[in-house]
Amino acid sequence: MPGPFAYFIWFVGILCEAAVLVCALKKGAFRRYLLLNLYMAGLIVVELGRYKIVSEFGLSSTQYQYFYYYSDAILTVILYFALSSLYSHVFSEMNAERYVKMGTLLLLGGTALFTYAVVQQSTARFVTHFVVDLSQNLYFVGVVLTYVLWGAILKLRETRTRLIQLVLSLGVYFSLLAANYAIRNLYPSLSHYFIPLVGVFGTFLPLAWAYAFWRLPEEARLAPSRLAVIPR
Amino acid sequence: MMAAIILVCSVVFLLQFFVSYCRSLIAASIKHPLSAEVQDVTGIKSSATGDDFARVVQLLQLCPDRPEDRSGIQAIGAYFGLLGFVRSSVARVIPSLLAWTETERGQCTYFAAVTLERRIAFSRDMFAQQLET
Repeated sequence: MPGPFAYFIWFVGILCEAAVLVCALKKGAFRRYLLLNLYMAGLIVVELGRYKIVSEFGLSSTQYQYFYYYSDAILTVILYFALSSLYSHVFSEMNAERYVKMGTLLLLGGTALFTYAVVQQSTARFVTHFVVDLSQNLYFVGVVLTYVLWGAILKLRETRTRLIQLVLSLGVYFSLLAANYAIRNLYPSLSHYFIPLVGVFGTFLPLAWAYAFWRLPEEARLAPSRLAVIPR
Repeated sequence: MMAAIILVCSVVFLLQFFVSYCRSLIAASIKHPLSAEVQDVTGIKSSATGDDFARVVQLLQLCPDRPEDRSGIQAIGAYFGLLGFVRSSVARVIPSLLAWTETERGQCTYFAAVTLERRIAFSRDMFAQQLET
């Protein structure tokens, strides 16, 4: 069974995810950022499902392990599409939505094929290996895509503060998870310390999005050149 | 090998995203003028300095917070720590960084003061609601 700290993080996580939906609904941003909000709703459902399975079968049960990794893969794919919706927002004036959708599907297919090619050697529990590796690879693809989007924001001089903060917080979240997975692959003995961190990192994204929806009106603007690490 | 490359790239991207995210939080709050009351409490008149940050955060902890405000101040706290590290290490070798870190630390303090003002307003609202009921 998880310890009190893990339960606390779990509870805070669900609370923050619900806060995102409430803030988005109250500030009229639910439909504008529909995929982001659907991802948050999906997270709540999955977290509640995980809680139910842990309380019935325990943390080390096969049922929990399967549910955890399969639901994580589905959520990562939804988050990946949420990221593509942010691309659509940034490129909305260029009418590039069709190309963004095509690119998203192509890259998702490419990542799935790459994962398949890597995993196909392992015959035992092929599907499970595929699902776990796919979500790890998608996290890294997510980091790179968010970085490209950030570059586009700077280049196109996008000024919408809320959109900028949504993108940057997503970048922080993806990089934290990608780094966490990489450390666990490099040093499996440290997994004991790094697995619980996933829950802690998981609270960052809903908190940052709730802040962006609640505090920043859609009309708020800022100069993105001020934000670049290397001044432009 | 692949995992090592992913780790290095992720850490580099993380730093860039984190710094830009914190600066976007600061940029959004910098236009907010401080009320005379908060100026008196914090001692910040026109420009804030990094030395006041700890004191303003202590004042912040005295006020009830809201979940949606928590990530901002925690991220800025971490950014302030990162700036402190840069100031006491790299900035000793590159003096131009010293002035930059000082400005950024001052802006972190200003962000904390703006958050304090919001929390005071929130507490007042809660108190007024309690009086009404």
